[in-house]
Amino acid sequence: MSELDAMYQQLILEHAKTRSGGDLPPAAAAVAPAEPGVGQSHQLNPVCGDEITLRLELDRSGTLVSVKDVSWAGDGCAISMASASILSELSEGMTPAELGSVITVFRELMRSRGRLEADEEVLGDAAALAGVAKYPARVKCAMLAWVAAEDALHQAVAAEAS
Amino acid sequence: MVPTPATSDAALNGLDDGQVLRIRNDFPILDQMVNGRPLVYLDSGATSQNPRSVMEAEQEYYEMRNAAVHRGAHHLAVHATDAFEEARAAVAGFIGASEEEVVWTANATAGLNLLAYSFSNASTGEVSAASRRFALGIGDEVLVTEMEHHANLIPWQELCRRTGATLKFIPIEDDGTLRLEELPRLLSGRTRVVSFTHASNVLGTINPVQQLVAAAREVGALVVLDACQSAPHLTLDVKALDVDFAVFSGHKMLAPTGIGVLYGKKALLDAMPPFMTGGSMITTVTMESANYLPAPQRFEAGTQPISQAVALAAAVNYLTETGMDRIARWESFLGQRLVAGLSAIDGVRVLGPAAGQERVGLASFDVAGVHAHDVGQYLDSVGIAVRVGHHCAQPLHRRLGLTASTRASTYLYNTTAEVDQFLEAVAQVRPYFGAVTMGAGK
Repeated sequence: MSELDAMYQQLILEHAKTRSGGDLPPAAAAVAPAEPGVGQSHQLNPVCGDEITLRLELDRSGTLVSVKDVSWAGDGCAISMASASILSELSEGMTPAELGSVITVFRELMRSRGRLEADEEVLGDAAALAGVAKYPARVKCAMLAWVAAEDALHQAVAAEAS
Repeated sequence: MVPTPATSDAALNGLDDGQVLRIRNDFPILDQMVNGRPLVYLDSGATSQNPRSVMEAEQEYYEMRNAAVHRGAHHLAVHATDAFEEARAAVAGFIGASEEEVVWTANATAGLNLLAYSFSNASTGEVSAASRRFALGIGDEVLVTEMEHHANLIPWQELCRRTGATLKFIPIEDDGTLRLEELPRLLSGRTRVVSFTHASNVLGTINPVQQLVAAAREVGALVVLDACQSAPHLTLDVKALDVDFAVFSGHKMLAPTGIGVLYGKKALLDAMPPFMTGGSMITTVTMESANYLPAPQRFEAGTQPISQAVALAAAVNYLTETGMDRIARWESFLGQRLVAGLSAIDGVRVLGPAAGQERVGLASFDVAGVHAHDVGQYLDSVGIAVRVGHHCAQPLHRRLGLTASTRASTYLYNTTAEVDQFLEAVAQVRPYFGAVTMGAGK
C-alpha cells in the first residue's frame, strides 16, 4: 500500500461520504446554545478556509454523565470530513474524561510524524487516520473536528458544573 | 558580471520544448525525484525557482563585496554601493522606469503597505502642502476589484478604517473578467485611489490596464498596479501603462525571497510622507525633528536587502536575455493547453477565462466532489507540485461559490510534457477518490 493509499484508506473515504453527525443544521450552527450540558465550537483552518461548527451534548439522566450526541456542520477535505464523522461515532456514550483522554491520544498520534502506532483499542476507526501523521501539512485537517470537540466538551462540562 | 542563460543564442520567436529543456539545466532544484517521480513544478505563481546565475550573483556579492551601502568610504563599501545601485538601475530598466523611481521593499505586500501607510500618514497630523494630495478622509473612496489578492485588499481596508474613507470594488463576471460597465457607478470625484491587479493570481485574467487608467484619470484618482503575476511573465512597461505606482515580488521572478519593488512616479514619491523612518533616509536630524531624502532613499530606512537586490538584478537579466516576449508567448501556450486539457476532464471546472480567451500561464480549477487539498495530495503523490487553498483570495472564491481551488501555474522552465503529465494525473483524481456524491451535501 502506498503512503497515499495509507492515508486515504477505504474506511476514510467512506466516512468522508457518510459524514456521521454531519447533520447539524447551518441555522443552528450559527447560534451558540445556552443550555446546560451543551457546548459548541467553531474552528477554522486559515490555510485552506475549511471550517467546522461542532455541537456536543451531554446525557445527564444516568448516574454517570456521558456524551449523548456530537453533531457538526462543515465543509472541507476528505480527511477533515472523515475525521469529524469518526469522532462523532466514536464519542457517543463516552464520559467526558474518556473523551478527553481519547482526544489527547489522537493528538499525540497526529503529532508523531508517523513514529507512533495507532492504538485501535482506544481510537477505534480513528486509528485509520494514522497515515495522516506522515503528512505534516494535513495534520490540521485531521485535528479540526477534535479541537472543536475538545473546546465544546470544556464548555459543556463547565456549564454542567456551574 | 551576471552570466547569461544558455538560451541567449536561441531564435527570437517563441520558446520550444527543446529550448525549455536547456533552460531547465540552469535550475538545479528542478532535477530531483519526488515520491519516486521526476518533480513537476507547477507552483511558480506562489514562488518561482532560482537559476544558478542568480544564486551565484548573491554568493559572489557575499564573497567579494559585502558591506553596508551608502555609508563608509572603504573599498568594500564603495563596491557594495555600486552593486546595490547597479541592481536598481537594472530592475528599473526592466520595467521602463528610471532609477530613482524604484524603491526596494521586502515584497509586493510591503510595497502596498508602504503606500497605504504613507497615505495614512498624509491623512493625520501636520503634513506638508505637497503631501496633502495623498490625504484621505470621510467621504473619500478607494476602489479595488473583487479578484484582488488579500495583499491588495487588506492594506486598503485598513487605510479606509483609519481615515474614514470608503472602500469599493469592481465586481467580476462569472468568466472572471471585470464588470467594467459598473465603472461609471463606482468612480467619482471622491475616488482617490484605484488599485487593481494586472493579472489575477487565481483566474489568470489579464486586466485592461489602459481602460482602467483612463477611467481613473478622468476623476483624478491615483492608480496602483499589483504586478506580481505580470512582471515575471509579461513585458511590463510602467511608462506605457502610465500607472502611478506598481508593486511586484522578486521571489516570483527567479530571485530569492526578501526583495520586491515599489515603482512610483518620481514627483509622487518625492511628495509622499515616509512610512518607515530611521537611518539612511534623512538629510538633517535634530533632537526635535528630521528632514528626509528624496525617493527612493526616502522609503528605504535601515539596512537594505542588498544581496537580494543584486540577485534580483541577475534574475531580470536572465529574463531579459531569454526574452520576455518569448516567455510570455510560451506561457500563454502552456496556459491554453492547461485550460483546454482541464476543461475536457469530467467533473473539472476551470475558473476564469474559457479556453481560447487571453490569460497568463496558470489555471485554477475545482474538481467536483473532491476538495482541493485532496486533489493536491494526489498530485503530490505523483511528483506534481501545485497550490491548493484560497490562494489569498477568499472574497474571490466566495464569489465563485468555492472555499478553495487547485492552481497549476507555469513558468519559462515548464515543458509541454509536464503540462500533459499534470493533465493525466488530474484525470485520475475523481476515480481515485470515488467521487460521485462526496461533498454534495453542501
